[in-house]
Amino acid sequence: MGSEVFILMKSEWALMGIIFLLLFLKVTETIKDNTALFRLTNVLLLLNFVFGFFCNSKGELFSGMYITNDVLVLEKNILNFGTLLISLLSCEWTKTHKNLAEFYILLLSTLLGMFYMLSANHFLMFYLGLELSTIPLAALANFDQDKVKSSEAAVKMALSSAFASGVTLFGISMVYGSMGTLNFAEVPELLNWGPLQIMAFLFLFAGFAFKLSAVPFHLWTADVYEGSPVPVTAYLSVISKGAMVFVLLNVLYNVFRGYEGIWFQVLFITIIVTIIVGNLFALRQENIKRFLAFSSIAQVGYILLGICSGNAGGAAATLYFIIVYIFSNLGAFTVVALVSAKTGKENINDYRGFYASNPALGWVMALSLFSLAGVPPTAGFFGKMFLVTAGASTGSYILVSIAALNMVVSLYYYLRVVKAMFVEKSDAPIEKLSFGMAPKVAMAICVIGIVTIGFAGCLLEYITNLFQ
Amino acid sequence: MMTNLTLLILVPLLAAVAVAFCRNGEQAKWTAFIGSLCQLLLSGAMAFAYFAERKAGNTAQMLFTERHSWFSSLNIEYYVGVDGISVAMILLTAFVVFTGVLISWNVQTLSREFFFLLMLLGAGAYGFFISLDLFTLFFFLEVAVIPKFLLIAIWGSGKKEYSAMKLVLMLMAGSALVLIGMLSLYYYSDDGNGNRTFDMLKLAYQNIPLEVQLFAFPLMFTGFGIFTAMFPFHTWAPDGHSSAPTAASMFLAGISMKLGGYGCLRAATYLMPEAAQEYSWIIVLLATIAIIYGSFATLMQKDLKYINAYSSVSHCGFVLLGIGMLTKTAITGAVMQMVSHGVMTALFFGAIGMIYERTHTRQVEQLGGLLKTIPFLSTVYIIAGLCSLGLPGFSGFVAEMTVFMGSWQRPDTFNRICTILACASIVVTAVYILRAIGQAVMGPITNEHYSHLKDATWNERLASAALILAILAIGLAPFWLNNLITPDAQIIMENVARGGLIE
Repeated sequence: MGSEVFILMKSEWALMGIIFLLLFLKVTETIKDNTALFRLTNVLLLLNFVFGFFCNSKGELFSGMYITNDVLVLEKNILNFGTLLISLLSCEWTKTHKNLAEFYILLLSTLLGMFYMLSANHFLMFYLGLELSTIPLAALANFDQDKVKSSEAAVKMALSSAFASGVTLFGISMVYGSMGTLNFAEVPELLNWGPLQIMAFLFLFAGFAFKLSAVPFHLWTADVYEGSPVPVTAYLSVISKGAMVFVLLNVLYNVFRGYEGIWFQVLFITIIVTIIVGNLFALRQENIKRFLAFSSIAQVGYILLGICSGNAGGAAATLYFIIVYIFSNLGAFTVVALVSAKTGKENINDYRGFYASNPALGWVMALSLFSLAGVPPTAGFFGKMFLVTAGASTGSYILVSIAALNMVVSLYYYLRVVKAMFVEKSDAPIEKLSFGMAPKVAMAICVIGIVTIGFAGCLLEYITNLFQ
Repeated sequence: MMTNLTLLILVPLLAAVAVAFCRNGEQAKWTAFIGSLCQLLLSGAMAFAYFAERKAGNTAQMLFTERHSWFSSLNIEYYVGVDGISVAMILLTAFVVFTGVLISWNVQTLSREFFFLLMLLGAGAYGFFISLDLFTLFFFLEVAVIPKFLLIAIWGSGKKEYSAMKLVLMLMAGSALVLIGMLSLYYYSDDGNGNRTFDMLKLAYQNIPLEVQLFAFPLMFTGFGIFTAMFPFHTWAPDGHSSAPTAASMFLAGISMKLGGYGCLRAATYLMPEAAQEYSWIIVLLATIAIIYGSFATLMQKDLKYINAYSSVSHCGFVLLGIGMLTKTAITGAVMQMVSHGVMTALFFGAIGMIYERTHTRQVEQLGGLLKTIPFLSTVYIIAGLCSLGLPGFSGFVAEMTVFMGSWQRPDTFNRICTILACASIVVTAVYILRAIGQAVMGPITNEHYSHLKDATWNERLASAALILAILAIGLAPFWLNNLITPDAQIIMENVARGGLIE
C-alpha cells in the first residue's frame, strides 16, 4: 500500500487535515475571534478546492473497497466548490455564533462522509460514508440553539435519516443475502432477477429517495429546511443532494445496470410525482426557505429525468446540472442568508419592495430564480434543456411533456418572488443592507457562473468525455 | 463587416451593458438611442449587402452564414444566416426598437432598467431571426421572457401584474410545446454522419416519418401560434398589450407576435411539409375564426389600446391564413403582412401611447376633438388607422391583398369560403377604425383640459416619421419587399410540395 494511501485518498486527507487543525485550534483556544477563524477557514477551503485539481490519479485501495477516478475527482471538486461558497455566504450568520469552530468541524465531517460515500466501491464503505455524512447534519440543523424550530428540524432530520439509513441497510442486507457479496464490482454478474434481489434494489432506492427528498419520501424536507439555519439549509439542498445524486448515478449505472428495465419504471413514476408534487406545493408557500425546499424537490425530479435516460449523455447532463444548480441555488441562498441574518425576515411577503432598497441583491436573487426556473440566457436554461433532451432519448413523450409543461408552473412561483421584489410596495420594506466582503465574493461567483456557463460549451464536452 | 450577423446580437447587448453602467436616466436614454440607431444602420447596411449579393448572382439559400460548435456532444451549433424573409424581419425589428426608444423618452421611474431590458428584448429578437439551428432559435425565443415580464409588471398600467403573469406563462407554455416538438424532430434526425442535429437546413430534408410529423407539427405550430395570438390561445394578447408600457406594446405586437409567425413558417411548416399539408385545413379554419372573431371583438372595445390589441389578433390571423394556405403567393403575403402589421401596429401603439401621455385616458368616449389641439399626433393616429383597414397606398393593403390572392389559388370550396369570410372582415375593420377615429380624433373638443395639450416633440415626430416612411415604402413600392421574400417563399413551398399532396 505505502504512499498510495496518501495519493489516492488525497482529497479525504486534505479535509481531515483541516478538520484536525480546527479541532486543535478549538481545544487550545488559540483563536477566539470569530472573524479571524472565518478568514482562516475560508482560505483553507479555497486551498483545498484548488488542491483538488492537482495530483489526481486513478486506482483502488483496501482491496477494492475504495476507488477513485476522473469522474469522482470532478464530483469531489464540485462538492468542495459548493462548500466553499456556502462558507462564504454564511459570513453574516457566523458573526453571531459562538461555536464557529464546531460548525466548520461538523460541516467538513459531513463532507468527508460524502467523499467516502462517493468513492465507495463496496456497500459497507458506502454505508459508513452515508452515516458519517448524515449524523453531523442533524447536529448542524440544531445550530440555532436558541430557536425551537431549529431543534425541531434537528429531531426530524435525525429520525427521518435514521429511518432512511435503516431502509438502506435492510436493502444492503438483502443484497448480501441474495448474492453473498457486497462488492460493487461483483454485483452486476450476480443479478438474476430473483425476487429478493429486486426487493433489495427497491429498498436501496427508497433509501436514496429519502436522502434526495424525492416524492413520496419528501415529507421531512420542508420542515427541516425551514427550521435549520440558512447555511445549513443551503448545504442540505445543494451539497448533500448533489452527493446523493452522484452516488445514485454510480449505483444505477454501474451496480444495477442489469436492472435497467426495473429502475426505469421506478424512476418514471418517481419523476412524474416528484415534479408535480414539488411544484404544486411550492405554489403556496409563504416562507422563502420552505419555498426553496419545495422548488428543490421539483428540481430533483428533473435531475432524475437525466438519470433515467441510462446513457452517458444523461449522466453528463446530470453532472452539468448539479454544477449549474450550485450556482443558481446558492445565489438565491446568499441573498436569503443575508436578509435572514440581518433582519430575521424569512417570508416572501417581507421581500416586497426589496429591489428599491437593495437593487444589487434584487438582481442577484432574480437572476438565480430565473436560472432555477430555466429561463435563458441563464445557465439554468442549459441545465434543464440537457436534462430534458437526455430524458427524451428514452422515447417517453409523457416524461418529456410533463417536464416541459411543469417548467411553466415553476416559472409562476419563481416569478411570484420576483414580482414581490420588483413590483409590489411595502409599508415596512427591508432597509438597505450592509455586509462584508465574503457574501459579495459569493454573489459575484454565482452571478458570473449563471451568466457565463451556458456559453462555455467545453464544460459539457469535458464531462461527456469523462463518461465515455 | 456588414455581413457579420453576430454583430446584430452583440450591438444590442453592448448597448444594454452600456445602459446598465450609465449614471442616470438621461445618460441611459441617450445611450439606448445611440445603440438603437447603430442597430438601425447595421440592419440597413446588412440589407443592402444582401441585395448586392443577390444581384451579383449568389443563389445560396442562406447568406452570410457563420457556424461554430456550441455543445458538440449534442451537436448543438451556433449557426446563423439570413434569407430574404429574415432580412425583412430584421429590418422590422430595427425600426421598432429604434422608434420604441424614441417614444419612451419620458420614462422617469427606473429608466436605466427600462432601457436595459428594452435592449435585451431587441437582442433576443435579432438572434431569433438569424438562427438556423433549432436550439439557438429556441434559446433566443425564450430570452425575451425576463424582459417582457419585468417591462409590463413594473412600467405597465392597469392590471399590469395580472397581465404580465398571464402573458409570460402563456408564452412559456408555447415554448414548452415548441420544445417537445423540437426534441421529437431531433431524435429522428441524422446529419449524414450518424449524429443527431438541430440544423434546420438539414432537418428540412430528413424525410421524418409521417407519424412523428403528425405528432410534432401540432405542438410546434401551436407553440409558435400562441406567440402570434392564434385562436383560441390569443387571450394573453389584449391584456398584455394594453397593460404594457408603450415601447413594450410596440415590441410585443410589432415583433414578438412575429416571432411566432416566423417560427410557424420556418420551424413548423418548412421542417414538416407532409404534416403541414395534413393540418392545413385546421390552420385555415383557426385563422379564419381569429380574423372574424378578432374583428368583431374589437367592435366591442372602448379602450384605444384594447381596440388595437384585438385588431392585432385579427390581423395576425392573416399571417396564419397565408401560412396555412400553402401557396407561394400566400406565404409571401403572410411574410409581408408580418412586416406590414409590425410597422403599422408599432405606429398605432406609439400614437396611442403619446396621446395617453397627454390626456391620461384611453377611453374612446372621453376623448374627442384631438385633431384640433394636437394635429400631428392625431394625423399619425389616422394614418395608422387607415393602414390598418387596408387603404391602398399603405402597407396593409399590399400585404392583405397578396394573402387573398394566394389564398384564392386554392380552388376547393372550403378554402374559398374561408378566403371570402376573411376578406369580408375588412368591412368590420373599417367600422371600428373609422368609429374610433371619428369619436376620439374628430368632432368637437369634449374636455376643456384638452385644448391646452402640447403637440409632438422632436423625438415623437422622428419616431412617427420613421414608421410612416416604412409604411409608405411598402405600400407605394411593394416590389422590393416582394422580391426579397418571394424566392425564399418559393424554397419553402418546394419543400412543402415534396409531400406530394398539393399540385
